[in-house]
Amino acid sequence: MKKLNTTKARTVAKFASITLAALLVVGCSSSGTIKDDALDADGSSATTTGANNGSQITGVNSGNVGDLQSVYYFDFDQSVIRSSALNDLSLHAQFLAENSNAAVRLEGHADEQGTREYNIALGERRAQAVEQFFVGRGVSSSQIDTISYGEEKPDVSGLATKSRRVEVKYTAK
Amino acid sequence: MVTNKFIKLCTLLMLLIGMQANAELRIVVDGGVEEPTNIAVVPFGWDGDNALAENISAIVANDLRRSGMFKLMNEENMLSSPETQEQIFFRDWRISGNDFMLVGSMKPTANGVKATVELFDILTEKKIWSQTIDSSGSDLRDIAHYIADEVFQKITGIRGAFATKVVYVTVQGRGAARKYRLQMADSDGARPQTILASKEPILSPTWSRDGQKLAYVSFETNRPAIYIQHLSTGKRQKVQSFKGINGAPAWDPTGNKLALVLSKDGNPEIYVLNLQSGGLVRITNHFGIDTEPTWSPDGQSILFTSDRAGRPQIYKVAASGGKPQRITFNGNYNSRGRLTQDGRFLTMVHQDASGYHIAVQDLQSGRLDILTTSRDDESPTISPNGVVVMYATKLRGRGVLAGVSLDGKIKFTMPSSLGEVREPAWSPFLN
Repeated sequence: MKKLNTTKARTVAKFASITLAALLVVGCSSSGTIKDDALDADGSSATTTGANNGSQITGVNSGNVGDLQSVYYFDFDQSVIRSSALNDLSLHAQFLAENSNAAVRLEGHADEQGTREYNIALGERRAQAVEQFFVGRGVSSSQIDTISYGEEKPDVSGLATKSRRVEVKYTAK
Repeated sequence: MVTNKFIKLCTLLMLLIGMQANAELRIVVDGGVEEPTNIAVVPFGWDGDNALAENISAIVANDLRRSGMFKLMNEENMLSSPETQEQIFFRDWRISGNDFMLVGSMKPTANGVKATVELFDILTEKKIWSQTIDSSGSDLRDIAHYIADEVFQKITGIRGAFATKVVYVTVQGRGAARKYRLQMADSDGARPQTILASKEPILSPTWSRDGQKLAYVSFETNRPAIYIQHLSTGKRQKVQSFKGINGAPAWDPTGNKLALVLSKDGNPEIYVLNLQSGGLVRITNHFGIDTEPTWSPDGQSILFTSDRAGRPQIYKVAASGGKPQRITFNGNYNSRGRLTQDGRFLTMVHQDASGYHIAVQDLQSGRLDILTTSRDDESPTISPNGVVVMYATKLRGRGVLAGVSLDGKIKFTMPSSLGEVREPAWSPFLN
């Protein structure tokens, strides 16, 4: 996945719509210096698993949607949703699709590497990846607000692996 | 040599201790030119009853020292304290190894203070420059920076940039207590004042070419918007904002247009906003990231960062739009370009195996020089005289400002007393 031809991946990202392939918006090929992160693409590494194994919820409603995982981590310079995130993200999507009055704000973030405005763009790509996932599962785009903070609000831990994230925040349930 | 170095260190320490207490940034010079010009700035005389609020000659000396191009004679080694040409015994100053000397005096007047200064070439014993300056007494630091600018220009031939300002962003506190401030200070860090305080991020401050206005991005409404603030009145206006990114504002040379980044059409693109008509023109059209625009000094083209070729590189496009042309080819990461006023040199953030550094590319020869060795360097901004690049870096894990001359020889850091400091933007000439 990491070695996807960049141009091809982007073309796919631009024209495909709903499938997971559409989410393979590869920002840039990851540089060799970030090996540790490359390994945890499936969320299995100890550094990022904390909240990444997903909840055990199966049927979702306004009472338990808050128990779903709300922070989703990303690989260096990537905006590909990790497979470990799919279960809970699908449940968020299901809830939003079934409750048209519910609304969500997707906040995209980047780590501190690279320039600030570029990282704003990168954070937006991540938020958009989640947005596209939701829309692909029947959520109306009017229920979704995306915003990118770039590297301006790093995770309190200061860890780059925790800062590259999208936070799902309900503004109405 | 050891003694010499020790004296230098002591001088530096004394000066730092004696520096203005109201600065939140102070400046530590890490390196200078190999053969600096030796100059004696003799403490200015003062005829008034009460001590002046500022030590003008010390500020002048600090400015010159900070440039890295001058070696200042230690005050304690001065045999006399002449205030006028008649009181100078040039032989003494020649023997002590000086090339130039500045003398002066301050006198109270009915409505303020009068400063008289004289600059001499010690070898020829000729007066190079002299001036009498009237002051209300409340602008003594401005007068000091003005004198430093004149001395710098008379000796180096380069216009001085001490009487300029720098804006930057500070961040203090964590979590809910986090506070972002847009600050403006003298180029030496003195007289800081708050332009905007917010609990939400502030970034990308930038000066209009006339030095009257700032544009910046603020998240104060919980989403990004570009604001224009008039410095003399404090009045500000919000630029029309759109869904998605509203970022990276850059003034054109006339001050009538703003290049900016919007993602309203799906992904970040460069636009030009006409501030008078409100007209918005899309300049780039690519599904990659296009961001960080900056204008060429003639206003004819816009440089920007794009990852359209895979990794971030800097491109140039006509200000009216058209086909962008890639201009950086060294290494696989170059971003956030800023041009010198003559348009010849492009500073940028350049990544290599050891991290993110400040680099400069000569656009005539294509040669790229990496100017810094620290790992987390970003946000380069060039002094209006094209001598120094100021940038943000990390010192022991904390965000600080630092500077390096375009030839890489002069380096300084600006340790802060106020949390994280980032996003410097150097003003144009203000006088």
